[in-house]
Amino acid sequence: MAYSEKLIDHYQNPKNVGTLDKSDKSVGTGLVGAPECGDVMRLQIQVDDATGIITDAKFKTFGCGSAIASSSLATEWLKGKSVDEALTVDNMDFVEELNLPPVKIHCSVLAEDAIKAAINDYRVKNGKEAIKFEESLVH
Amino acid sequence: MLKLPIYLDNNSTTPMDPRVLEAMTPYFLEDYGNAASRNHPFGWKAEEAVDYAREQVAKLIGADPKEIIFTSGATEGDNLGIKGVFEMYAQKGNHIITATTEHKAVLDTCKHLEKLGGEVTYLQVRPDGMIDLKELEAAIRPTTILISIMWANNEIGTVMPIREISAIAKKHGVLLFTDATQAVGKIPVDVNKDGIDIMAFTAHKMYGPKGVGALYVRRKNPRVKVTAQMDGGGHERGMRSGTLNVPGIVGMGKACELCMQDMEADTKRISKMRDKLETALMLLEEAYINGSTEHRLPHVTNISFKHVEGEGLLMGFNKNIALSSGSACTSASLEPSYVLKALGLGDDLAHSSLRFGLGRFTTDEQIDYTVKAISETVIKLREMSPLWEMYKEGIDLNSIEWAAH
Repeated sequence: MAYSEKLIDHYQNPKNVGTLDKSDKSVGTGLVGAPECGDVMRLQIQVDDATGIITDAKFKTFGCGSAIASSSLATEWLKGKSVDEALTVDNMDFVEELNLPPVKIHCSVLAEDAIKAAINDYRVKNGKEAIKFEESLVH
Repeated sequence: MLKLPIYLDNNSTTPMDPRVLEAMTPYFLEDYGNAASRNHPFGWKAEEAVDYAREQVAKLIGADPKEIIFTSGATEGDNLGIKGVFEMYAQKGNHIITATTEHKAVLDTCKHLEKLGGEVTYLQVRPDGMIDLKELEAAIRPTTILISIMWANNEIGTVMPIREISAIAKKHGVLLFTDATQAVGKIPVDVNKDGIDIMAFTAHKMYGPKGVGALYVRRKNPRVKVTAQMDGGGHERGMRSGTLNVPGIVGMGKACELCMQDMEADTKRISKMRDKLETALMLLEEAYINGSTEHRLPHVTNISFKHVEGEGLLMGFNKNIALSSGSACTSASLEPSYVLKALGLGDDLAHSSLRFGLGRFTTDEQIDYTVKAISETVIKLREMSPLWEMYKEGIDLNSIEWAAH
Protein backbone atom coordinates (compact mmCIF):
# COMPACT_ATOMS: atom_id res chain seq x y z
CA MET A 1 0.00 0.00 0.00
CA ALA A 2 1.68 3.19 -1.10
CA TYR A 3 0.58 6.38 0.62
CA SER A 4 0.61 9.87 -0.80
CA GLU A 5 3.40 12.26 0.09
CA LYS A 6 0.93 14.60 1.79
CA LEU A 7 -0.32 11.79 4.00
CA ILE A 8 3.18 10.73 4.96
CA ASP A 9 4.14 14.33 5.69
CA HIS A 10 1.15 14.78 8.02
CA TYR A 11 2.05 11.52 9.75
CA GLN A 12 5.70 12.41 10.16
CA ASN A 13 5.19 16.07 10.98
CA PRO A 14 1.71 16.27 12.43
CA LYS A 15 0.29 19.74 12.92
CA ASN A 16 -1.37 20.85 16.13
CA VAL A 17 -0.85 17.85 18.36
CA GLY A 18 -1.97 18.71 21.86
CA THR A 19 -4.67 19.37 24.36
CA LEU A 20 -6.94 22.33 25.02
CA ASP A 21 -8.64 22.85 28.37
CA LYS A 22 -11.86 20.96 27.93
CA SER A 23 -13.51 22.67 30.90
CA ASP A 24 -13.15 26.02 29.12
CA LYS A 25 -16.51 27.16 27.75
CA SER A 26 -14.95 28.31 24.50
CA VAL A 27 -13.49 24.84 23.84
CA GLY A 28 -15.38 22.09 22.07
CA THR A 29 -14.12 18.52 22.32
CA GLY A 30 -14.99 15.64 20.02
CA LEU A 31 -13.88 12.15 21.01
CA VAL A 32 -14.82 9.56 18.40
CA GLY A 33 -13.92 5.99 17.56
CA ALA A 34 -13.11 3.21 19.97
CA PRO A 35 -9.95 1.42 21.09
CA GLU A 36 -11.42 -1.93 19.95
CA CYS A 37 -11.78 -0.57 16.45
CA GLY A 38 -8.16 0.50 16.33
CA ASP A 39 -8.79 4.22 16.12
CA VAL A 40 -9.73 6.97 18.54
CA MET A 41 -9.63 10.63 17.54
CA ARG A 42 -9.87 13.53 19.88
CA LEU A 43 -10.35 16.84 18.15
CA GLN A 44 -10.65 20.12 20.03
CA ILE A 45 -11.59 23.56 18.82
CA GLN A 46 -11.33 26.92 20.51
CA VAL A 47 -14.01 29.34 19.37
CA ASP A 48 -14.06 33.12 19.64
CA ASP A 49 -17.51 33.76 21.09
CA ALA A 50 -17.94 37.15 19.52
CA THR A 51 -17.07 36.18 15.94
CA GLY A 52 -17.83 32.47 15.91
CA ILE A 53 -14.39 31.89 14.39
CA ILE A 54 -12.30 28.85 15.33
CA THR A 55 -9.07 30.36 16.63
CA ASP A 56 -7.27 27.19 17.59
CA ALA A 57 -7.57 23.45 17.01
CA LYS A 58 -5.68 20.54 18.55
CA PHE A 59 -5.80 16.80 18.15
CA LYS A 60 -4.61 13.56 19.61
CA THR A 61 -5.19 10.33 17.73
CA PHE A 62 -4.67 6.65 18.39
CA GLY A 63 -4.72 4.94 15.05
CA CYS A 64 -3.07 4.15 11.78
CA GLY A 65 -1.13 6.62 9.69
CA SER A 66 -4.22 7.64 7.74
CA ALA A 67 -6.15 8.40 10.93
CA ILE A 68 -3.29 10.50 12.29
CA ALA A 69 -2.89 12.37 8.99
CA SER A 70 -6.65 13.00 8.69
CA SER A 71 -6.80 14.51 12.18
CA SER A 72 -3.75 16.64 11.57
CA LEU A 73 -5.30 17.91 8.35
CA ALA A 74 -8.61 18.58 10.12
CA THR A 75 -6.95 20.88 12.64
CA GLU A 76 -5.26 22.78 9.81
CA TRP A 77 -8.52 23.22 7.95
CA LEU A 78 -10.51 24.27 11.01
CA LYS A 79 -8.28 27.08 12.16
CA GLY A 80 -9.64 30.39 10.90
CA LYS A 81 -12.96 28.93 9.76
CA SER A 82 -16.25 29.91 11.30
CA VAL A 83 -18.16 27.18 13.08
CA ASP A 84 -20.73 27.19 10.29
CA GLU A 85 -18.03 26.78 7.65
CA ALA A 86 -16.48 23.97 9.65
CA LEU A 87 -19.75 22.08 9.43
CA THR A 88 -19.40 21.88 5.67
CA VAL A 89 -16.15 19.87 5.82
CA ASP A 90 -16.96 16.51 4.28
CA ASN A 91 -15.19 13.20 4.65
CA MET A 92 -14.55 13.10 0.91
CA ASP A 93 -12.45 16.25 1.29
CA PHE A 94 -9.99 14.19 3.34
CA VAL A 95 -10.08 11.32 0.87
CA GLU A 96 -9.19 13.67 -1.98
CA GLU A 97 -6.60 15.75 -0.19
CA LEU A 98 -4.71 12.76 1.26
CA ASN A 99 -5.49 10.37 -1.56
CA LEU A 100 -6.77 7.78 0.92
CA PRO A 101 -7.08 4.23 -0.40
CA PRO A 102 -10.54 2.59 -0.14
CA VAL A 103 -9.74 0.63 3.04
CA LYS A 104 -8.93 3.91 4.75
CA ILE A 105 -12.16 5.76 3.94
CA HIS A 106 -13.32 5.12 7.50
CA CYS A 107 -10.50 7.37 8.74
CA SER A 108 -11.99 10.26 6.78
CA VAL A 109 -15.44 9.53 8.15
CA LEU A 110 -14.02 9.49 11.63
CA ALA A 111 -12.39 12.88 11.05
CA GLU A 112 -15.69 14.36 9.85
CA ASP A 113 -17.44 12.85 12.87
CA ALA A 114 -14.79 14.34 15.17
CA ILE A 115 -15.37 17.84 13.75
CA LYS A 116 -19.12 17.53 14.23
CA ALA A 117 -18.75 16.14 17.72
CA ALA A 118 -16.43 19.00 18.70
CA ILE A 119 -18.86 21.59 17.33
CA ASN A 120 -21.80 20.02 19.14
CA ASP A 121 -19.86 19.91 22.38
CA TYR A 122 -19.12 23.61 21.99
CA ARG A 123 -22.78 24.37 21.17
CA VAL A 124 -24.15 22.45 24.13
CA LYS A 125 -21.68 24.07 26.49
CA ASN A 126 -22.88 27.45 25.30
CA GLY A 127 -26.55 26.75 25.72
CA LYS A 128 -27.28 25.91 22.11
CA GLU A 129 -28.98 22.82 20.87
CA ALA A 130 -26.87 20.00 19.49
CA ILE A 131 -27.22 19.58 15.76
CA LYS A 132 -28.61 16.23 14.71
CA PHE A 133 -26.53 14.67 11.99
CA GLU A 134 -27.34 11.78 9.77
CA GLU A 135 -26.05 8.47 11.01
CA SER A 136 -22.39 8.33 10.06
CA LEU A 137 -21.18 5.81 7.53
CA VAL A 138 -18.92 3.98 9.90
CA HIS A 139 -21.53 2.97 12.43
CA MET B 1 27.86 -0.46 7.18
CA LEU B 2 24.24 -1.08 8.04
CA LYS B 3 22.23 -1.73 4.92
CA LEU B 4 18.57 -0.69 4.89
CA PRO B 5 15.86 -1.92 4.82
CA ILE B 6 16.24 -4.54 7.54
CA TYR B 7 14.26 -7.74 7.20
CA LEU B 8 12.63 -8.97 10.42
CA ASP B 9 9.63 -10.74 8.92
CA ASN B 10 11.14 -14.22 8.67
CA ASN B 11 7.91 -15.89 9.81
CA SER B 12 6.27 -14.78 6.61
CA THR B 13 9.14 -15.92 4.41
CA THR B 14 12.90 -16.24 4.63
CA PRO B 15 15.49 -15.09 2.13
CA MET B 16 17.10 -17.95 0.25
CA ASP B 17 20.47 -19.11 1.42
CA PRO B 18 22.94 -18.54 -1.46
CA ARG B 19 24.10 -22.14 -1.03
CA VAL B 20 20.55 -23.26 -1.85
CA LEU B 21 20.44 -21.21 -5.02
CA GLU B 22 23.77 -22.64 -6.06
CA ALA B 23 22.46 -26.18 -5.68
CA MET B 24 19.32 -25.36 -7.70
CA THR B 25 20.85 -23.54 -10.65
CA PRO B 26 21.92 -26.52 -12.82
CA TYR B 27 18.40 -27.93 -12.70
CA PHE B 28 17.00 -24.96 -14.59
CA LEU B 29 19.40 -24.79 -17.49
CA GLU B 30 21.31 -28.06 -17.91
CA ASP B 31 19.57 -30.85 -16.05
CA TYR B 32 16.04 -29.81 -16.85
CA GLY B 33 14.57 -33.27 -17.37
CA ASN B 34 11.25 -34.50 -16.06
CA ALA B 35 11.86 -36.78 -13.09
CA ALA B 36 9.21 -39.11 -14.47
CA SER B 37 11.00 -39.59 -17.81
CA ARG B 38 12.44 -43.03 -17.33
CA ASN B 39 13.93 -43.44 -20.80
CA HIS B 40 16.74 -40.94 -21.13
CA PRO B 41 19.60 -39.37 -19.22
CA PHE B 42 17.75 -36.09 -18.64
CA GLY B 43 15.02 -37.92 -16.76
CA TRP B 44 17.53 -40.09 -14.90
CA LYS B 45 19.44 -37.06 -13.68
CA ALA B 46 16.29 -35.34 -12.50
CA GLU B 47 15.06 -38.45 -10.72
CA GLU B 48 18.43 -38.89 -9.06
CA ALA B 49 18.34 -35.29 -7.85
CA VAL B 50 14.83 -35.72 -6.46
CA ASP B 51 15.80 -38.93 -4.69
CA TYR B 52 18.77 -37.22 -3.10
CA ALA B 53 16.63 -34.27 -1.98
CA ARG B 54 14.05 -36.66 -0.57
CA GLU B 55 16.78 -38.16 1.59
CA GLN B 56 17.94 -34.73 2.74
CA VAL B 57 14.39 -33.74 3.70
CA ALA B 58 13.68 -37.07 5.41
CA LYS B 59 16.89 -36.89 7.41
CA LEU B 60 16.02 -33.51 8.92
CA ILE B 61 12.79 -34.89 10.38
CA GLY B 62 13.97 -38.42 11.14
CA ALA B 63 11.73 -40.00 8.50
CA ASP B 64 12.17 -42.58 5.78
CA PRO B 65 12.58 -40.97 2.33
CA LYS B 66 9.58 -42.97 1.09
CA GLU B 67 7.44 -41.07 3.57
CA ILE B 68 8.05 -37.69 1.90
CA ILE B 69 5.47 -36.40 -0.57
CA PHE B 70 6.58 -33.25 -2.35
CA THR B 71 3.93 -30.52 -2.63
CA SER B 72 3.74 -26.90 -3.68
CA GLY B 73 3.98 -25.70 -0.08
CA ALA B 74 2.41 -25.87 3.35
CA THR B 75 -1.05 -24.71 2.27
CA GLU B 76 -1.26 -27.61 -0.12
CA GLY B 77 0.18 -29.91 2.53
CA ASP B 78 -2.46 -28.79 5.04
CA ASN B 79 -5.22 -29.34 2.49
CA LEU B 80 -3.92 -32.72 1.35
CA GLY B 81 -3.22 -33.93 4.88
CA ILE B 82 -6.56 -32.99 6.37
CA LYS B 83 -8.90 -33.51 3.40
CA GLY B 84 -6.97 -36.63 2.44
CA VAL B 85 -7.53 -38.21 5.86
CA PHE B 86 -11.16 -37.08 5.95
CA GLU B 87 -11.83 -38.92 2.68
CA MET B 88 -9.63 -41.94 3.32
CA TYR B 89 -10.99 -42.62 6.80
CA ALA B 90 -14.62 -41.67 6.15
CA GLN B 91 -15.80 -45.12 7.21
CA LYS B 92 -14.15 -44.74 10.59
CA GLY B 93 -15.59 -41.35 11.42
CA ASN B 94 -16.00 -37.72 10.50
CA HIS B 95 -14.74 -35.81 13.53
CA ILE B 96 -11.63 -33.63 13.56
CA ILE B 97 -10.12 -31.77 16.51
CA THR B 98 -8.11 -28.62 15.92
CA ALA B 99 -7.43 -25.31 17.69
CA THR B 100 -8.56 -21.73 17.16
CA THR B 101 -5.00 -20.45 16.69
CA GLU B 102 -4.21 -22.66 13.71
CA HIS B 103 -3.21 -21.18 10.37
CA LYS B 104 -6.02 -20.28 7.98
CA ALA B 105 -4.94 -23.10 5.68
CA VAL B 106 -6.00 -25.51 8.43
CA LEU B 107 -9.02 -23.59 9.74
CA ASP B 108 -10.51 -22.94 6.32
CA THR B 109 -9.88 -26.53 5.29
CA CYS B 110 -11.78 -27.67 8.39
CA LYS B 111 -14.62 -25.25 7.64
CA HIS B 112 -14.77 -26.65 4.13
CA LEU B 113 -15.07 -30.18 5.52
CA GLU B 114 -17.87 -29.08 7.84
CA LYS B 115 -19.86 -28.21 4.74
CA LEU B 116 -19.23 -31.74 3.47
CA GLY B 117 -20.61 -33.37 6.61
CA GLY B 118 -17.50 -33.24 8.77
CA GLU B 119 -17.67 -32.32 12.45
CA VAL B 120 -14.92 -30.16 13.86
CA THR B 121 -14.02 -29.21 17.43
CA TYR B 122 -12.03 -25.99 17.68
CA LEU B 123 -10.12 -26.04 20.97
CA GLN B 124 -9.66 -22.72 22.73
CA VAL B 125 -6.17 -21.87 23.88
CA ARG B 126 -4.99 -20.58 27.25
CA PRO B 127 -3.72 -16.99 27.57
CA ASP B 128 -0.20 -18.24 26.84
CA GLY B 129 -1.34 -19.70 23.52
CA MET B 130 -1.11 -23.36 24.56
CA ILE B 131 -3.95 -25.84 24.32
CA ASP B 132 -5.16 -27.67 27.41
CA LEU B 133 -4.29 -31.36 27.03
CA LYS B 134 -7.20 -32.44 29.23
CA GLU B 135 -9.59 -30.53 26.99
CA LEU B 136 -8.03 -32.18 23.97
CA GLU B 137 -8.51 -35.66 25.41
CA ALA B 138 -12.05 -34.87 26.51
CA ALA B 139 -12.92 -33.76 22.99
CA ILE B 140 -12.10 -37.16 21.49
CA ARG B 141 -15.17 -39.13 20.39
CA PRO B 142 -15.59 -42.58 18.87
CA THR B 143 -15.90 -40.86 15.49
CA THR B 144 -12.71 -38.79 15.85
CA ILE B 145 -10.34 -39.56 12.99
CA LEU B 146 -7.83 -36.73 13.22
CA ILE B 147 -6.20 -34.31 15.62
CA SER B 148 -4.70 -31.34 13.78
CA ILE B 149 -2.51 -29.16 15.98
CA MET B 150 0.22 -26.91 14.65
CA TRP B 151 3.72 -27.43 15.94
CA ALA B 152 4.62 -23.76 16.30
CA ASN B 153 2.47 -20.71 15.82
CA ASN B 154 3.26 -18.30 13.02
CA GLU B 155 2.19 -15.16 14.88
CA ILE B 156 3.45 -15.67 18.41
CA GLY B 157 5.94 -18.51 17.99
CA THR B 158 4.51 -20.69 20.76
CA VAL B 159 5.53 -24.34 20.50
CA MET B 160 2.83 -26.89 21.29
CA PRO B 161 3.60 -29.96 23.44
CA ILE B 162 3.53 -32.21 20.38
CA ARG B 163 4.86 -35.31 22.15
CA GLU B 164 2.13 -35.18 24.79
CA ILE B 165 -0.47 -34.53 22.12
CA SER B 166 0.73 -37.52 20.13
CA ALA B 167 0.59 -39.73 23.24
CA ILE B 168 -3.08 -38.80 23.65
CA ALA B 169 -3.76 -39.42 19.97
CA LYS B 170 -2.07 -42.84 20.14
CA LYS B 171 -3.95 -43.81 23.28
CA HIS B 172 -7.25 -43.26 21.48
CA GLY B 173 -6.21 -44.57 18.08
CA VAL B 174 -6.58 -41.17 16.42
CA LEU B 175 -4.20 -39.89 13.74
CA LEU B 176 -2.13 -36.79 14.44
CA PHE B 177 -1.57 -34.21 11.74
CA THR B 178 0.64 -31.21 12.42
CA ASP B 179 1.27 -28.07 10.44
CA ALA B 180 4.98 -27.74 11.20
CA THR B 181 5.67 -24.88 8.80
CA GLN B 182 7.31 -22.68 11.43
CA ALA B 183 9.03 -25.49 13.32
CA VAL B 184 10.87 -27.64 10.79
CA GLY B 185 14.41 -26.39 10.31
CA LYS B 186 14.20 -24.16 13.38
CA ILE B 187 13.81 -26.64 16.24
CA PRO B 188 14.46 -30.39 16.42
CA VAL B 189 11.65 -32.36 14.81
CA ASP B 190 11.69 -36.16 14.82
CA VAL B 191 8.55 -37.80 13.47
CA ASN B 192 9.26 -41.04 15.33
CA LYS B 193 10.29 -39.69 18.71
CA ASP B 194 7.58 -37.05 18.50
CA GLY B 195 4.96 -39.48 17.24
CA ILE B 196 3.74 -37.68 14.13
CA ASP B 197 1.50 -39.39 11.55
CA ILE B 198 1.21 -36.63 8.96
CA MET B 199 3.09 -33.35 8.81
CA ALA B 200 3.09 -30.41 6.42
CA PHE B 201 5.99 -28.02 5.97
CA THR B 202 7.51 -25.76 3.35
CA ALA B 203 10.89 -24.73 1.98
CA HIS B 204 10.54 -20.96 1.95
CA LYS B 205 10.39 -20.65 5.73
CA MET B 206 13.79 -22.30 6.06
CA TYR B 207 15.90 -20.43 3.51
CA GLY B 208 14.71 -22.51 0.57
CA PRO B 209 12.68 -21.46 -2.48
CA LYS B 210 8.97 -20.59 -2.57
CA GLY B 211 6.53 -22.93 -4.26
CA VAL B 212 7.80 -26.21 -2.85
CA GLY B 213 6.98 -28.07 0.32
CA ALA B 214 6.55 -31.55 1.67
CA LEU B 215 3.98 -33.69 3.38
CA TYR B 216 5.27 -36.41 5.65
CA VAL B 217 2.95 -39.43 5.59
CA ARG B 218 3.80 -42.29 7.96
CA ARG B 219 4.28 -45.70 6.38
CA LYS B 220 4.66 -47.91 9.46
CA ASN B 221 2.91 -48.14 12.84
CA PRO B 222 0.42 -47.21 11.57
CA ARG B 223 0.52 -47.13 7.81
CA VAL B 224 -1.27 -43.92 6.92
CA LYS B 225 -2.86 -43.09 3.61
CA VAL B 226 -4.37 -39.90 2.32
CA THR B 227 -6.72 -39.60 -0.63
CA ALA B 228 -5.16 -37.57 -3.42
CA GLN B 229 -6.69 -34.13 -3.89
CA MET B 230 -5.25 -33.69 -7.36
CA ASP B 231 -5.84 -36.28 -10.04
CA GLY B 232 -3.34 -37.02 -12.76
CA GLY B 233 -0.21 -39.00 -13.43
CA GLY B 234 -0.06 -40.69 -10.05
CA HIS B 235 3.20 -39.12 -8.91
CA GLU B 236 4.38 -39.29 -5.31
CA ARG B 237 2.98 -42.74 -4.64
CA GLY B 238 -0.33 -41.68 -6.07
CA MET B 239 -0.92 -39.09 -3.38
CA ARG B 240 0.08 -36.00 -5.33
CA SER B 241 -0.02 -35.93 -9.09
CA GLY B 242 1.84 -33.31 -11.06
CA THR B 243 5.28 -33.05 -12.63
CA LEU B 244 7.82 -32.63 -9.88
CA ASN B 245 9.32 -29.18 -9.39
CA VAL B 246 12.86 -30.51 -9.66
CA PRO B 247 14.86 -27.31 -9.03
CA GLY B 248 12.54 -26.42 -6.15
CA ILE B 249 12.83 -29.89 -4.65
CA VAL B 250 16.62 -29.78 -4.97
CA GLY B 251 16.54 -26.41 -3.20
CA MET B 252 14.33 -27.74 -0.44
CA GLY B 253 16.68 -30.66 0.05
CA LYS B 254 19.69 -28.38 0.31
CA ALA B 255 17.81 -26.04 2.67
CA CYS B 256 16.99 -29.00 4.94
CA GLU B 257 20.59 -30.17 4.91
CA LEU B 258 21.80 -26.69 5.88
CA CYS B 259 19.22 -26.38 8.64
CA MET B 260 20.31 -29.68 10.07
CA GLN B 261 23.95 -28.67 9.92
CA ASP B 262 23.51 -25.12 11.23
CA MET B 263 20.53 -25.45 13.59
CA GLU B 264 22.42 -25.50 16.83
CA ALA B 265 24.70 -22.59 16.00
CA ASP B 266 21.89 -20.59 14.37
CA THR B 267 19.58 -21.08 17.33
CA LYS B 268 22.21 -19.97 19.79
CA ARG B 269 23.07 -16.82 17.87
CA ILE B 270 19.54 -15.87 16.84
CA SER B 271 17.92 -16.45 20.22
CA LYS B 272 20.57 -14.26 21.82
CA MET B 273 19.63 -11.42 19.45
CA ARG B 274 15.91 -12.07 19.99
CA ASP B 275 16.40 -11.84 23.74
CA LYS B 276 18.38 -8.65 23.38
CA LEU B 277 15.65 -7.11 21.21
CA GLU B 278 12.91 -8.22 23.55
CA THR B 279 14.66 -7.05 26.71
CA ALA B 280 15.35 -3.63 25.22
CA LEU B 281 11.79 -3.13 23.95
CA MET B 282 10.27 -4.31 27.22
CA LEU B 283 11.97 -1.35 28.87
CA LEU B 284 9.25 0.78 27.30
CA GLU B 285 6.27 1.34 29.58
CA GLU B 286 3.16 -0.76 29.01
CA ALA B 287 4.75 -3.27 26.67
CA TYR B 288 3.49 -6.85 26.78
CA ILE B 289 4.85 -10.06 25.28
CA ASN B 290 2.13 -12.12 23.63
CA GLY B 291 2.12 -15.88 24.14
CA SER B 292 4.28 -18.21 26.17
CA THR B 293 7.93 -17.21 26.54
CA GLU B 294 8.76 -20.63 27.93
CA HIS B 295 7.53 -22.74 25.01
CA ARG B 296 8.55 -20.60 22.11
CA LEU B 297 10.55 -20.62 18.90
CA PRO B 298 14.03 -19.18 19.38
CA HIS B 299 13.70 -16.47 16.73
CA VAL B 300 10.26 -15.01 17.39
CA THR B 301 8.74 -12.44 19.68
CA ASN B 302 5.38 -10.71 19.51
CA ILE B 303 4.97 -7.56 21.57
CA SER B 304 2.04 -5.20 22.13
CA PHE B 305 2.74 -1.56 22.87
CA LYS B 306 -0.36 -0.36 24.62
CA HIS B 307 -2.10 2.81 23.44
CA VAL B 308 -0.38 2.96 20.07
CA GLU B 309 -1.89 1.34 17.02
CA GLY B 310 0.15 -1.25 15.15
CA GLU B 311 -0.09 0.04 11.64
CA GLY B 312 0.48 3.60 12.75
CA LEU B 313 3.55 2.30 14.52
CA LEU B 314 4.82 0.39 11.48
CA MET B 315 4.48 3.50 9.38
CA GLY B 316 7.07 5.21 11.56
CA PHE B 317 9.83 2.93 10.32
CA ASN B 318 8.53 0.55 7.67
CA LYS B 319 10.65 2.11 4.97
CA ASN B 320 13.64 0.80 6.90
CA ILE B 321 12.42 -2.18 8.92
CA ALA B 322 10.19 -4.95 7.58
CA LEU B 323 7.85 -6.23 10.29
CA SER B 324 4.28 -7.33 10.56
CA SER B 325 1.49 -6.34 12.91
CA GLY B 326 -1.64 -8.00 14.27
CA SER B 327 -3.40 -4.71 13.70
CA ALA B 328 -6.57 -4.80 11.67
CA CYS B 329 -5.38 -1.89 9.63
CA THR B 330 -2.80 -4.06 7.93
CA SER B 331 -5.55 -6.27 6.58
CA ALA B 332 -8.57 -5.50 4.46
CA SER B 333 -10.92 -7.16 6.93
CA LEU B 334 -10.47 -4.51 9.65
CA GLU B 335 -10.43 -7.32 12.20
CA PRO B 336 -7.36 -7.60 14.41
CA SER B 337 -5.41 -10.85 14.58
CA TYR B 338 -7.64 -13.80 15.48
CA VAL B 339 -4.66 -15.52 17.07
CA LEU B 340 -4.07 -12.68 19.52
CA LYS B 341 -7.80 -12.47 20.23
CA ALA B 342 -7.82 -16.22 20.94
CA LEU B 343 -5.26 -15.58 23.70
CA GLY B 344 -7.90 -13.38 25.30
CA LEU B 345 -6.22 -10.11 24.39
CA GLY B 346 -8.54 -7.15 24.18
CA ASP B 347 -8.91 -5.69 20.72
CA ASP B 348 -6.88 -2.68 21.84
CA LEU B 349 -3.82 -4.80 22.64
CA ALA B 350 -4.31 -6.94 19.55
CA HIS B 351 -4.31 -3.75 17.46
CA SER B 352 -1.07 -2.66 19.14
CA SER B 353 1.09 -5.67 18.37
CA LEU B 354 4.24 -6.16 16.34
CA ARG B 355 5.61 -9.52 15.27
CA PHE B 356 9.37 -9.92 15.04
CA GLY B 357 10.80 -12.86 13.13
CA LEU B 358 14.59 -12.95 13.20
CA GLY B 359 16.57 -15.18 10.91
CA ARG B 360 19.87 -16.65 9.81
CA PHE B 361 20.96 -13.37 8.26
CA THR B 362 19.92 -11.03 11.09
CA THR B 363 22.80 -9.07 12.63
CA ASP B 364 23.40 -7.41 15.98
CA GLU B 365 23.71 -4.08 14.25
CA GLN B 366 20.23 -4.51 12.76
CA ILE B 367 18.81 -5.28 16.18
CA ASP B 368 20.37 -2.15 17.68
CA TYR B 369 18.92 -0.02 14.89
CA THR B 370 15.50 -1.64 15.32
CA VAL B 371 15.38 -1.11 19.06
CA LYS B 372 16.18 2.56 18.63
CA ALA B 373 13.73 3.17 15.79
CA ILE B 374 10.84 1.39 17.47
CA SER B 375 11.40 2.92 20.88
CA GLU B 376 11.46 6.41 19.39
CA THR B 377 8.32 5.82 17.36
CA VAL B 378 6.39 4.34 20.28
CA ILE B 379 7.27 7.35 22.41
CA LYS B 380 6.40 9.82 19.65
CA LEU B 381 3.04 8.19 18.91
CA ARG B 382 2.12 7.99 22.57
CA GLU B 383 2.67 11.72 22.79
CA MET B 384 -0.13 12.08 20.26
CA SER B 385 -2.35 9.27 21.58
CA PRO B 386 -5.46 10.37 23.50
CA LEU B 387 -5.53 6.93 25.15
CA TRP B 388 -2.01 7.37 26.47
CA GLU B 389 -2.96 10.79 27.86
CA MET B 390 -6.00 9.33 29.60
CA TYR B 391 -3.94 6.43 30.93
CA LYS B 392 -1.38 8.86 32.31
CA GLU B 393 -4.15 10.88 33.95
CA GLY B 394 -5.37 7.72 35.62
CA ILE B 395 -8.62 7.53 33.67
CA ASP B 396 -9.99 4.01 33.31
CA LEU B 397 -10.48 3.57 29.58
CA ASN B 398 -13.17 0.99 30.22
CA SER B 399 -15.24 3.62 32.01
CA ILE B 400 -15.64 5.60 28.78
CA GLU B 401 -18.59 4.99 26.54
CA TRP B 402 -16.90 4.60 23.20
CA ALA B 403 -18.94 5.17 20.07
CA ALA B 404 -17.96 1.84 18.58
CA HIS B 405 -18.12 1.84 14.85
